[in-house]
Amino acid sequence: MDIPKDLFYTENHEWTLVEGNEATIGITEYAQEEMGDVVFVELPEIGDVFEQFDSFGVVESVKAVSDVYLPIGGEIIAINEGLFDSPELINEEPFEGGWLLKVKIENKDDLEELMDYEDYAEFLEEEG
Amino acid sequence: MGKQINESKSSIKNKAIGNTKSEPLIIEYSSSGRKGYSLPKIDLPNKDQELSELLPQNYLREELKLPEVSEVDVVRHYTLLSQKNYGVDSGIYPLGSCTMKYNPKINEDIARLDKLSNLHPYQDEGLVQGSLEILYKLKQNLAEISGMDEVTLQPASGAHGELCGLMIIKKYFEDKGEERKKVIVPDSAHGTNPASAAMAGFDVIEIESNEEGMVDIENLKEVLDENVAALMLTNPNTLGIFEKDIIKISELVHNVGGLLYYDGANMNAIMGYVRPGDMNFDVLHFNLHKTFSTPHGGGGPGSGPVGVKEFLKPYLPIPLLRVETNSKESADGTGRDAKFNDNNMECHEIGTTSIDDNGAYDGENQEKDIYKWDYDRPQSIGKLQAFYGNYGVMLKAYSYIRKLGANGLKETTENAVLNANYMKARLKDEYHLPYQENSLHEFVLSGIKQKEKGSSTLNIAKRLLDYGQYAPTIYFPLVVKEALMIEPTETENIKTLNKFVETMKIISREIEESPDLVKNAPHTTPIGKLDEVKAARETNLRW
Amino acid sequence: MSYISNTLQEKEEMLKTIGIAKMEDLFKAIPQEVLFQGKLEIPAGLSELELLKEIKEQASRNSSLDEMNSFLGGGAYDHYIPSIIDHIVSRSEFYTAYTPYQAELSQGSLQAIYEYQSMICQLTDMEVANASLLDGGSATGEAVLMASRITRKKNIIISKSVHPAYREVAQTYGKQQGLVFTEVEIKDTQTNLEQLDSAIDQNTAAVVIQYPNFLGSIEDITKIKEMLNSFKRTLLIVIANPIALALLKSPGQLDADIVVGEGQALGNTINYGGPYLGFMACKEKYLRQMPGRIVGATTDQNGEKGYVMTLQTREQHIRRGRATSNICTNEALNALIATIYLSVMGKHGLKEVAEHCLRKAHYLAEKIETIPGYIVLNKGNIFHEFLIQPPGDTKVYYEKLKEKGILAGIRITSLGYKFDALLVCVTEKKTLKELDQFINALEVVKNG
Repeated sequence: MDIPKDLFYTENHEWTLVEGNEATIGITEYAQEEMGDVVFVELPEIGDVFEQFDSFGVVESVKAVSDVYLPIGGEIIAINEGLFDSPELINEEPFEGGWLLKVKIENKDDLEELMDYEDYAEFLEEEG
Repeated sequence: MGKQINESKSSIKNKAIGNTKSEPLIIEYSSSGRKGYSLPKIDLPNKDQELSELLPQNYLREELKLPEVSEVDVVRHYTLLSQKNYGVDSGIYPLGSCTMKYNPKINEDIARLDKLSNLHPYQDEGLVQGSLEILYKLKQNLAEISGMDEVTLQPASGAHGELCGLMIIKKYFEDKGEERKKVIVPDSAHGTNPASAAMAGFDVIEIESNEEGMVDIENLKEVLDENVAALMLTNPNTLGIFEKDIIKISELVHNVGGLLYYDGANMNAIMGYVRPGDMNFDVLHFNLHKTFSTPHGGGGPGSGPVGVKEFLKPYLPIPLLRVETNSKESADGTGRDAKFNDNNMECHEIGTTSIDDNGAYDGENQEKDIYKWDYDRPQSIGKLQAFYGNYGVMLKAYSYIRKLGANGLKETTENAVLNANYMKARLKDEYHLPYQENSLHEFVLSGIKQKEKGSSTLNIAKRLLDYGQYAPTIYFPLVVKEALMIEPTETENIKTLNKFVETMKIISREIEESPDLVKNAPHTTPIGKLDEVKAARETNLRW
Repeated sequence: MSYISNTLQEKEEMLKTIGIAKMEDLFKAIPQEVLFQGKLEIPAGLSELELLKEIKEQASRNSSLDEMNSFLGGGAYDHYIPSIIDHIVSRSEFYTAYTPYQAELSQGSLQAIYEYQSMICQLTDMEVANASLLDGGSATGEAVLMASRITRKKNIIISKSVHPAYREVAQTYGKQQGLVFTEVEIKDTQTNLEQLDSAIDQNTAAVVIQYPNFLGSIEDITKIKEMLNSFKRTLLIVIANPIALALLKSPGQLDADIVVGEGQALGNTINYGGPYLGFMACKEKYLRQMPGRIVGATTDQNGEKGYVMTLQTREQHIRRGRATSNICTNEALNALIATIYLSVMGKHGLKEVAEHCLRKAHYLAEKIETIPGYIVLNKGNIFHEFLIQPPGDTKVYYEKLKEKGILAGIRITSLGYKFDALLVCVTEKKTLKELDQFINALEVVKNG
């Protein structure tokens, strides 16, 4: 199971890449495997503002719907429009082409609520 | 189609079932100018008048695209399509929760009688007294079977019935000036329960079942408070297990002022043995297309009558069927003398209905009964459908009940439970049985042993199709991993059950001996395993 | 008689396998306190022969439409039903099947639904359609809920020229979600457009119009759509008569957002109001908010074309409390009937049926207008229904005509309208003789 070391993680299996004041958000390899083939993604609009752990959209497979929650609060500054035509990117490259959106970080303290890769790996193991 | 089964090792040879030729769409048979209908000539003075003189020019349709085919094209096309289908008449249909029993043919004949079917919904009540009498008796029978006080036949499906029942509960509390927002649903419930509760404007609280697959009393207590409008239950639950603490549960809910809703999907398990009304349920819905043998039609029409206790009667939808008699006591219990002033009403004398040997209708003044739709119901939740519900389905259900009688209904339940328990006894060693409790008309197995060997429940289901048998309900209830939910119904005999059991055992062996055969199933159906991911990603929803 | 085929001996054998002695033991999990001790007060069962006799006896107290000269319509229409329909839907592979969850053994149902969706789209000129809803009334209810989800607004404007029962059902559905309904008055049997215009504002989720309307008139939908154009996110819901659409400009061309209607007229028996089917079609951009089942085409592993239920994440069995609707069972067999009807009537047949309706209704309306004292209220254009007012009490006239075996129409006060009139409906089944009988009777009852 691929768990990149430079990312932060949530118990809901979202990952966060922090670059300066921006964070890129996606779902992890584990999450996409659990979901199966992703067929549809619903994302917010640019300019929408969310608090940490707000639900901002859904990822759907044929027989499952999963809410996705924002690991870091702030304003949405970009969404991955490529997913509308190619939701399979989430399965194929969950940590790259399958990113969901970018957020302007409101408060860096939010990061303290997230897991690093070691904690996440341990969390996955406990989850079985 | 020339599919190949690569596993030559397998001793199982399957014959192709149904029609495996791919069938074009009806539009592909279309040929410009071809016709399949016959209509009389228009014999009117205005027959040659331009359409633009009869309709506004800017509202004239320019183009209508529909097939142009002959009658024989249509007959062959849909006959070929029917051959790609599987119905109860094709064989066992052991879908748990769905009660796929045999659909008696006499019901179909009765529902098609011209005198019963060729009726307009706005025809005067006096011109449809025969039908109204049948509906009234159906209503009475359903009330008796369920132990409720009044029944509406209007909801057109089980989910529609749930919605109706929950609206009644909502209106009841509104009228009492109480704002209760919560509806509690066990995690083993049908998906329609939470969906109906949400649609009726409630917040859904899901509670976890206990280790025996029943309502966890402690979990229930935790969520019970003055804000609870109702608890929705089906008993026996979706695991086929009877909630033995039902009286305790009902007391807990009633003690906080909440009501009990009974999901009637599993009524085939209790007819003549237990009545939801006696278990203190306040509202319930029936599924005439499950318990009462009306055909599912490939997904409808169904019918979902709702029964209530006396105190909820004012909230039932408009209109409500009632009877008026000329005797001092009117049969609807109002004590008012019947009035026949409405000119819209034909008050001709009604002949005596047949006298039954039980004398169940004794004491009623048959000659003078007049059936009417009551629209004057100020506290009602309103209307759920344009007319009176799925009348044609009600006729079939009535015909079924009338044919079976009290004993036949009880016998039905007994044999449904016998069949299910027999299958469970024969399958529980081969497949994991997650809940050991006694079960009634259905039971749930888990395919986890098979999953460990590499074949999922979905694979097992698809492999069953290869043997010409329909699959059980799978992956439901959600509380069981790799669930296989089996409900044989009373109309299957031991030979059919044995055949299904043997097939399940063979598949379990195949999973070890020739796994690919199972994993790539089905092989002999009119079409192979379909790509649902592609269907969802590249939506193609019409020609 | 019940439908159980196990013999006593077989039952014994089964009990033995289970490991219990007698039938009652199967129920031992049920606590004594709730066991029903009595006997159900339901009459003893009957043989098939007795049953049929009894039911026919009861049915004899009905008067079927064929025994009268009926002009009843109002959402339930007595159209001609081609013979082949009942023959095909009586194939039990269709009618005894369940919802097509196992697609590989349900290709017949699934392909038929795909064809149904396609033909509903063609008829309405909309982009997508679902597999059916419960009836025209509940489809209207689902449509207003859908509009509210799409627009995130709560106000619904509905014309009083919409079927009164559909309005009631829509309100029963809508008020559970806090929707607020404004009813717009009628002017000359059509929606009062000035009042409608002033009722619409930025909080309006949708305007609901029937086409042709309940009173028989054809509404000016182009004008209504123009009123909506100055507001962002206000949808136009059109309730359409599918037979009329053979001649009338399609709702799609009129830029409707959601189209619903009662599909009974498409080959379904009139059946005292049910089972019928609600149809629903919409613009593709609203697909995800559409309630009900949807069938899509796909392929199997060999590339063969096949059909499956798709986009199921909208539905109750997956999304549970957050589904687009609670609908599960729909009206699949009625939709199959509609599919066969649209196929066999086809492009030309449907148009011819509609022309019969149109020309006969016009003939009748014009003749009635020539009888002194009778007024046809529809000023605008009609399709196959119209309102007449007799020279005296409508109820008295109705009763007098009934004595002559004529059901002269629906008295609209009985459905909540403030003024009384008869809503007269004519279909292709009416012969010139029957129309003339009606006309003569109107003259006779006026004079006596």
